[in-house]
Amino acid sequence: MRPILMKGHERPLTFLKYNRDGDLLFSCAKDHTPTVWFADNGERLGTYRGHNGAVWTCDVSRDSSRLITGSADQTVKLWNVQTGAQLYTFNFGSPARSVDFAVGDKLAVITTDPFMELTPAIHVKRIARDPNEQTEESVLVIKGPQGRINRAVWGPLNKTIISAGEDAVTRIWDSETGKMLRESDKESGHKKTITSLAKSADGSHFLTGSLDKSAKLWDTRTLTLIKTYVTERPVNAVAMSPLLDHVVLGGGQDASAVTTTDHRAGKFEAKFYDKILQEEIGGVKGHFGPINALAFNPDGKSFSSGGEDGYVRLHHFDPDYFNIKI
Amino acid sequence: MATGATQNPTQQTKLRWGELDEDDTGDLDFLLPPKQVIGPDENGIKKVIEYKFNDEGNKVKITTTTRVRKLANARLSKRAVERRSWPKFGDAVREDVGSRLTMVSTEEILLERPRAPGSKVEETKVSGDSLAQLGKGGAVLMVCRTCGKKGDHWTSRCPYKDLAPQAEGFLDKPAVSETATAATGSGKSTYVPPGMRAGAERSGTDMRRRNDENSVRVTNLSEDTREPDLLELFRPFGAVSRVYVAVDQKTGMSRGFGFVNFVNKEDAQRAINKLNGYGYDNLILRVEWATPRTN
Repeated sequence: MRPILMKGHERPLTFLKYNRDGDLLFSCAKDHTPTVWFADNGERLGTYRGHNGAVWTCDVSRDSSRLITGSADQTVKLWNVQTGAQLYTFNFGSPARSVDFAVGDKLAVITTDPFMELTPAIHVKRIARDPNEQTEESVLVIKGPQGRINRAVWGPLNKTIISAGEDAVTRIWDSETGKMLRESDKESGHKKTITSLAKSADGSHFLTGSLDKSAKLWDTRTLTLIKTYVTERPVNAVAMSPLLDHVVLGGGQDASAVTTTDHRAGKFEAKFYDKILQEEIGGVKGHFGPINALAFNPDGKSFSSGGEDGYVRLHHFDPDYFNIKI
Repeated sequence: MATGATQNPTQQTKLRWGELDEDDTGDLDFLLPPKQVIGPDENGIKKVIEYKFNDEGNKVKITTTTRVRKLANARLSKRAVERRSWPKFGDAVREDVGSRLTMVSTEEILLERPRAPGSKVEETKVSGDSLAQLGKGGAVLMVCRTCGKKGDHWTSRCPYKDLAPQAEGFLDKPAVSETATAATGSGKSTYVPPGMRAGAERSGTDMRRRNDENSVRVTNLSEDTREPDLLELFRPFGAVSRVYVAVDQKTGMSRGFGFVNFVNKEDAQRAINKLNGYGYDNLILRVEWATPRTN
C-alpha cells in the first residue's frame, strides 16, 4: 500500500481520532494546534487555534459537529468542527490528559494529571447542545488512583467509566456514584504504566497497551483478562480493527536501547496481531520515530499512525490484507 | 517604499527590475499571465502553471506537476459529502500548491509478515517462547557471499574462502568444487593466495590442472570425519594430492562433505566406483565427480 504522509504538525503526535462516519481524521500533537484532515486523501481541512500547550487528547461527537480537546495548558476546549471556532473552555488546575464523549454526547469524561498538590482526578462534565448554556460544573469527580491517569473512557451504556494509568491498574467505576466497581488483578495485569486504551467497536472488550512491552485484552463487564500480546518494544498506542479480528500495537524504543540499536530510517513499525491467536501477523514500517498514536477508520479499510517524528501516515489497505491467514 | 516607477505619470512605466521592491510586485501582477491548470489527463497527471515574481523581481514560471491517483473507493455518506465542501479554516486557509503537507509515499509499504511460519511454535505459548521466536526472527540473516549459505557465517569467515561463488543450485551444500576457481578465474570475488588455491600441490606434481579435474566430492560424511580419515579411505586407490573436509567453525563438526583430489584420473574413477554407497562410520557415503563435466 502507498501510505499518505501528512506533515502538518511540527511536534510529535499525541493522539488520533476518526469521526463516526470515517471521513475526517483529527490529530493532536504537542504543537498546540489540533488539525482535521479528510480521511480519504489526507487533505487538510483546518486547524483549531487556541490552545497554549501540548494537546494530549481529543474526541469528536457522533454527528461530527463538536470537538473536545484536552491540553497541557490546563484547559479542555469545545470547538465547532466545521468552522474551527472555540465554543467553550473548561478550566482545571492541572493538565488534562484524556477526554471522551459519552454515548449521546451529553456527557464527557476528562482526566487531569497530578500537579503540585493536586491529585489526579476523573471529571464528568455535562455538555449542553447549545454552547451558550454550557456550564463549568462537574457532574462527578472521582479521585483515587495514584499516578497519572492516562486514559478514561465510557463503558457500555454510559453506566461505567474505565480508567487506566501510570499505576498499571485498570479500574472500572460506577458513573453515577463514583464508586470503584472493579480493579484489574495485580498478578495478571500490567507491570508498568498503561499508556493507551482502545475499546472494541461494540464496547464488549477493550485493549490496554503498556510500557511493559505488552498489550492486554479485557472484558468490559467483568474486567477479566482475555488475551495478552507481547512485543519487543514498549507500547505507546493500541487500536482494534472494527472489521477483522486484528489488534495493532505501536511503540517506541526503550531509552536504554537507543544507542545500541540499528538506526535505519523508517524502522519503527506498527505491529499487527491476530486478536484471538495472539500471534504476530506483520508490521507496517515507515515511521522515523516511536509511534504515539494509532487509529482505525470505522469502516476498517484504512488506518493511520502518528509518530514522534510529527508525521501522520494514512494507510489504505490492499485487497490482500483482508485475506490474511495465519 | 520606492514606488517611483508607477507613481510618476510623466515617466513611462518602464520597469527596471533592478529597482523593484517586494512591495511592488502587488502592483505588477497584471503583467503576469494567469494561472493555468491543465486538468488530470488519462494518467492522472495534473499540471498547475503559475507565474510569480521572485525576490529579484524576475518573472518566474512555476510548473507543479502532480499525479492524481485513486487510492481507494470511498463511499461517503450524505453528511460526509457535505463536509467535503466545507471551506478551509485555521491554518489551512492559505492553500499553497507548493506546501506539500500531504504527500503520497514514494515507497510501497507492505504489511511485512514475520519469519516463515514453519519456524514458529504452533501452539500459542505466552511470552517466553513467542518472544524468543520474535527475537530470532528479527535478527539479521547472515549470508555468506562465497558459498551462498545463510545463517551461519559471514563472507569473511567462510570456510570455503577459496571457492568460486555457487555455480549450481544446491540447497544445503555448496556445489562448487575448489577446482573451479583456478579454471574460471573470472568468477572469483575474493583474492586467494597461491598457496591456498585449489591444486596447491603437495606431492610436487606439475600438472595442477589435471589434478583439479580429478576432484572427487564425498558427501554424507559423519560428523567426526576429518581429512586424515578421508586420506586413509581413498589412498588405496591411488595417489592423493589433496583432501579437504568442510568443517563448521562453531561446532567443530564436519558439515558432512569433503573433496579428494587424485593425481590420476583413473584412480579417481575407481574410487568413485568403489566407494559410492560404501558404508563408512554409520553413514552411506556418496562419492562422485566434483564437477558435472569430467571430460
